[in-house]
Amino acid sequence: MRYLPKSPSERQEMLAAIGVKSVEDLFSSIPEPYRLKKPLNLPGPFSETELIQYFQARAAENSAGYTSFLGAGVYNHLRSVVTDTILQRGEFLTSYTPYQAEISQGTLQAIFEFQTLMCQLTGQDVANASMYDGSTATTEAVLMAERLTGKRRVLVARSVHPEYRDVLRTYAKNSGLKIEEISYTALGTVDSNGLKAALRDDVCAVVVQSPNFFGAIENLPSLADAAHGSGALLVTAVAEALSLGIVKPPAEADIVAMEAQSFGLAPSYGGPFAGVVATREKFVRQMPGRLAGQTTDQDGRRGFVLTLATREQHIRREKATSNICTNQALCALAATVHLTLLGKEGIREMAEHNLAKAQYTLQALEEIPGVKRTFSAPFFNEFTVEFPRSVKIVNAGLAKDKIVGPFVLGSAYPEFSKHALVCVTETTPRGEIERFVASVKRILEQPL
Amino acid sequence: MNSKIKKASRHTNQNSGLIFEKSSPGKRAFDLPPLDVPAVDAAKVLGGAHRRGGVEGFPEVSEIEVIRHFTRLSTWNYAIDLGMYPLGSCTMKYNPRVNEFVARLAGLATEHPSQPQELSQGCLKILSLLEKCLLEITGMDVITLQPAAGAQGELTGLLLIRAYNEKRGNPRKKVLIPDSAHGTNPATAVIAGYEVENIKSNSEGQVDIDKLREQVTEDVAALMITNPSTLGIFEQQIPEIAEILHRKGALLYMDGANMNALAGVTRPGELGVDVMHLNLHKTFSTPHGGGGPGAGPVAMKKILEPFLPVPVLVEKADGNLALDFHRKESIGRVKAFSGNFGVLVRALAYILAYGPGIRQATEDAVLNANYIRRHLEGTFDLPYARPSMHEVVFSDALQKKNGVNTMDIAKRLIDYGFHPYTTAFPLIVPGALMIEPTESEDKEECDLFIEAMKSIAQEAEKNPEVVRTAPHTTRVRRLDEVGAARKPILRWKPAASRREAAD
Repeated sequence: MRYLPKSPSERQEMLAAIGVKSVEDLFSSIPEPYRLKKPLNLPGPFSETELIQYFQARAAENSAGYTSFLGAGVYNHLRSVVTDTILQRGEFLTSYTPYQAEISQGTLQAIFEFQTLMCQLTGQDVANASMYDGSTATTEAVLMAERLTGKRRVLVARSVHPEYRDVLRTYAKNSGLKIEEISYTALGTVDSNGLKAALRDDVCAVVVQSPNFFGAIENLPSLADAAHGSGALLVTAVAEALSLGIVKPPAEADIVAMEAQSFGLAPSYGGPFAGVVATREKFVRQMPGRLAGQTTDQDGRRGFVLTLATREQHIRREKATSNICTNQALCALAATVHLTLLGKEGIREMAEHNLAKAQYTLQALEEIPGVKRTFSAPFFNEFTVEFPRSVKIVNAGLAKDKIVGPFVLGSAYPEFSKHALVCVTETTPRGEIERFVASVKRILEQPL
Repeated sequence: MNSKIKKASRHTNQNSGLIFEKSSPGKRAFDLPPLDVPAVDAAKVLGGAHRRGGVEGFPEVSEIEVIRHFTRLSTWNYAIDLGMYPLGSCTMKYNPRVNEFVARLAGLATEHPSQPQELSQGCLKILSLLEKCLLEITGMDVITLQPAAGAQGELTGLLLIRAYNEKRGNPRKKVLIPDSAHGTNPATAVIAGYEVENIKSNSEGQVDIDKLREQVTEDVAALMITNPSTLGIFEQQIPEIAEILHRKGALLYMDGANMNALAGVTRPGELGVDVMHLNLHKTFSTPHGGGGPGAGPVAMKKILEPFLPVPVLVEKADGNLALDFHRKESIGRVKAFSGNFGVLVRALAYILAYGPGIRQATEDAVLNANYIRRHLEGTFDLPYARPSMHEVVFSDALQKKNGVNTMDIAKRLIDYGFHPYTTAFPLIVPGALMIEPTESEDKEECDLFIEAMKSIAQEAEKNPEVVRTAPHTTRVRRLDEVGAARKPILRWKPAASRREAAD
């Protein structure tokens, strides 16, 4: 087998050196009745060629050739081939967690650069080396707020990504946290009156997302004031991180839980992505996840190490700030390389393209009779529209035109029966936007 | 020293400062195609209050600088592609390159998790086949591929157990965890809302059956066992352990981190395990990538099926596959979207490459570990004499006499061209050296490792100072970790004299 570097004669030599006759003898500590007598019933073995054929055949059974208008927490963005060139270097791809700092300086410096970029983007003081994704980062941020304040109530905006809220509920069930939801207004943003009415001094966190699930940008300074007025922390989730190229960062938030998928990570049917927790310096000892810190060696050379490890499971065990061990390091590296390639001008320009294309698309859609913009709050690259008939019907028609239609809002918000969340990024050519709008128009003109 | 080290070379790789230190305004590394719709005024569209001028401090460099910077950084790393990582319980095996290729295919890497399921049958078939293969390997009934890593798998498993017990009217309070367990086990138990109760290992490093009988009460929800244990020793009494638990209505959770000793040879489901997680970035070859991503599928017996996290992969009446989001008794979602799909693709490619011959990988892994044990026994103290499976645990007891401990030996091993083994774990072996070569090592690499360890043992006796101050040949020497923690510097900041222009 091509992954096994021993010849039959080498195996024999090694068995002889150990002093056993056959490799079976090395499994004698497994009680006999439990030792398998036959090979497992698995497909294969496949040669490299057959593996590629198998996966190419699966790839042909998906949505290749379709243009997509889906966002909803996973975004299509341009990715440079340079990112993969770096990621595929064996010294990054096949290296271990950098616990042995002297031979992991590449990984550690890259993490330090990642942490810096995340701070610059979010306007926060410190950022960790990654969490699994935005949804678990948001949950970890809430658990962190609980540890910091000692309080148990959590107020979560309904305009936070439904799946992020689901994950929070799953974790909260067993930690004694009480989750309550705050609604949204006709603007599409958090109902701050509702929030103020719910705030008392027993709230550890107010959780909002900006841009929120509907695409709307929240008024974070006023939400922060409301939260702080009651001794609560403001947790802000960011699902579309590219928005931070043109939208003011959540600097007023106490903890930011961001999804970095927009930076160099393919949608890949939902993962692997990269969550980040960023926060104020004073909260650093309650942060979950790894942190790379700068230091010097005995000769005074600058170097980097994993630090503040007493927060983590391998040291603190049941008292750790989180149980996380493996994170999303290679994905964070992809984001680091991607953001370095874009640079200061590139991220702004890419964000501007998204802004322009989304505006163009909305204007074109609004010219179709019966299609209405739902929320008046400003948006980045996603917005909500209402169709005169169900989104599912529209999307079924779009699929025939090889278009993956917008997110059906009703699937997560029962109060929306005909509303769609449309996402347009810099990857959508004008011609495809126009084709999409024309298709929608034609579908809506068809008799029911 | 130099003449004895056959494998190592000095790190002479070029320096590279932080990317921010190379930055200069006006440089770009990536151009966008021209905007093909009318440009908009961001301040007008967003409102002045929301518009951001620019990301202060973001680097401005050219493409070649990006390539050089990260290439240089990469050369400072050790990696499996360079040589062995003898890290116990990490299973640092070869990461097959075809796995990287297939995960990146257009039609797989491009798919959006919320797209119509009719347009995702290829992805769903991959998930379905992986589920079937992992169930065959583990001997369990049902599986979820959602958890993003082993620790999240452990949490999912404990939440399943909790739901099962809640349905029976008694959620129970405690989880029993051996003192040899990995740190994620107790950390996870606490997040799942349980009290952790330690169970001491017996004199052979195994779960103490008599203590277990005493400690299992109707307050105990589960025992979390690692098999083979973190000593690399098979828990021979695991069927009896399962029985003791089941008699009191408790369940047996198995941490599958050491599955590399079992795949194709025995099946946890047949040993009495009720629920377990797998680490795809260990036994199933997906790359560690400097710390992740991984995946931690959870396999279980049918009794836990009603509580599976959503979404659940199902086969519809028309033969198509679908994701089912509406499960009444589900523990809920553990992660957004559908698991670390890109990692799952790689794991499936690994399994299909081996097919039924996957046992051979396990045999080679156990062969390598025993070969190394045979040659280092006597040179290093072996605290537990039971047969080793895929890993062996020594201690630094013999070297301690000269003031040399496991950390020192590990650092000196770096000079010999290897990544250190796992130091100071499991906790039940003071001064542990936990060695797992995996099946990916050829005889030569094993021999070089043995030679290096023997040489270091000699140095510990004859010249302990060179071991205590190692490593000597790396680009940085031992780093000041105490200083790093006392005054944490966790990001780059521009020098006060170089103010970024305000927007």
